[in-house]
Amino acid sequence: MVKVDGSGSQSSLIQARDLDKTYRRGGEEIDVLQGLNLDVEAGEFVAFMGPSGSGKSTLLNLLGGLDVPTRGRITVAGDEITHMSSGRLTEWRARHVGFIFQMYNLIPVLTAFQNVELPLLLTKLSKAERRSHVETALGVVGLSDRMNHYPRQLSGGQEQRVTIARAIVSDPTFLLCDEPTGDLDRKSADDVMTIIEELVGRHHKTVLMVTHDPVVAARASSILHLDKGVLVEGKHTTPLTGAGGVA
Amino acid sequence: MKFARIILANLLRKKVRLLLTIGSFAVALFLFAFLAVVNDAFQRGADVAGADRLVIINRTSIINPLPLSYRDKILRIPGVKVITHNNWFGAVYKDEKNFFPQFVIDPENQRQVIPELLVPDDQWNAFVKDRQGAIVGARTAERFGWKIGDRVPLMVTIWGTGNWEFNIDGIYHGKRPQDDETQFWLQWDYFQEHVSAGIKGQVGWYVLRLDSPDDAVRVSKAIDAEFANSPFETKTETESAFLANWVKQFGNIKFLIITIGTIVFLTLLLVTGNTMAISVRERTPEFAVFKAIGYSDRAVLFFVLAESLIIALIGGILGLLSSVVAVPVLAKGLNGLLPALVLSPSTLVLGLILAILVGLISGMLPGLTAMHMRVVTALRRV
Repeated sequence: MVKVDGSGSQSSLIQARDLDKTYRRGGEEIDVLQGLNLDVEAGEFVAFMGPSGSGKSTLLNLLGGLDVPTRGRITVAGDEITHMSSGRLTEWRARHVGFIFQMYNLIPVLTAFQNVELPLLLTKLSKAERRSHVETALGVVGLSDRMNHYPRQLSGGQEQRVTIARAIVSDPTFLLCDEPTGDLDRKSADDVMTIIEELVGRHHKTVLMVTHDPVVAARASSILHLDKGVLVEGKHTTPLTGAGGVA
Repeated sequence: MKFARIILANLLRKKVRLLLTIGSFAVALFLFAFLAVVNDAFQRGADVAGADRLVIINRTSIINPLPLSYRDKILRIPGVKVITHNNWFGAVYKDEKNFFPQFVIDPENQRQVIPELLVPDDQWNAFVKDRQGAIVGARTAERFGWKIGDRVPLMVTIWGTGNWEFNIDGIYHGKRPQDDETQFWLQWDYFQEHVSAGIKGQVGWYVLRLDSPDDAVRVSKAIDAEFANSPFETKTETESAFLANWVKQFGNIKFLIITIGTIVFLTLLLVTGNTMAISVRERTPEFAVFKAIGYSDRAVLFFVLAESLIIALIGGILGLLSSVVAVPVLAKGLNGLLPALVLSPSTLVLGLILAILVGLISGMLPGLTAMHMRVVTALRRV
């Protein structure tokens, strides 16, 4: 169960303690996160909500090792990432984090297959093994028939599904979704959320998601509100269950 | 090379820009090769000059003659091995545009003094016996379609009027690629028969060989001292110095060529550097994604440098290959106005190295920018 009061156990998959993040803008210091605590167990699906500027994306960036906190520490699967060097953090991200961005962020000159294959090029997998993993990941998101399409030949919803396939293809420890449906119509958003739910329910993925949309947030097992740099617990829903693994 | 597909896809992203950038490299490298060839042609004096050869001209100017009687006096100076003399003939074949260098030579010692220009013995013997004989360089013979046995009229421009006729008795070849094969040699005796009395017995310059190159300074001083305060004072210098001074008459060619070449490469650097910078700036969010999903800073730098290097190599090779085709055509078009235009392998290698350097430098700054960009900041620029 997700906790925000620092009372989580050492066995939590993701553990953030006394997290502060301060930005300096025009000589003024802006405290975005203040003494934030968070414990997330493996297999949880947590949604972060809050007004613009409340620090949701900042928190996601810190948990994903894209940014470093001003103070505090973050531990993921036993690895404390807050003091890792930039190089080690990059390697850590490749092994542990799958990113799903609002704007999809696919490479336009690569096909869906090639986009999904990108994280695997950093591994020692053979070409045949890479192909197998990519085909499985694209199968999970229902795009086996769009492998050789370029992003411009796909709809927004399909592009986001390719992004999801890219995020899961290397079987990361957890997924970070920053407004994954923010640029999609309701039908496409529903499709994307169904896939994310399946990743949690059937494939036991841990998902942390930032969203403005209460309908989307409602599909998470826990909703946390971020206000003035502090997390506040929201509702808990029934955890999703299932079996299987990805790639 | 599993990253080749990514690099190739990025290169082909903007095809027109890619073609224009490759074209910039090709034009710059073609120009480099062309300038290097012209520079080589002008500077070749140092290459073809014999280390043991001295040239003696009239101290006033090379157009002022020296008496033939100096020959025996010079020969008596210790260190002088053999001597010959030449005059500039300066005629044209049929038309003024058919220019090529012609020299009046002394057959007695010509081959001993200038052994690198090879004439078969039978042809040389025929020439020595024929007062109207001529030996012609292979390139000039090829240019006008002359062959041994042909009778050739040359229209004189300095030593009178009308045509002088010559028998082509031989064709010489240079030992080395850089040797000049455009000259035309005629007999001293035939020349003496036809020039006016006031010119008889006067040579244009002397060329001598030394016993040892180490004697050059001493012998030069001795010769000039021998004829000091005479009506025909001499200026003696090594052949390489003589040829270098000859080139200087055209201006500082080397400086000019180096300046133009430097400007060309600096411009190329700015153009390609700007192109790479624009290309990287356009892809800032994509590089951020690469970094987010685990590509290292060095991998990002590698992608940018690989792109600029491939552009430089393709453009460079195209430019240099164009010059390989164009230089012989150009050389033919110059009709012997310049010494042989030779595109040497070292010029091609240097050109390729320069292209690679420009490619690396132009990709380095945008590559470092991409390498050091913060993922979080870059992702916000979507």
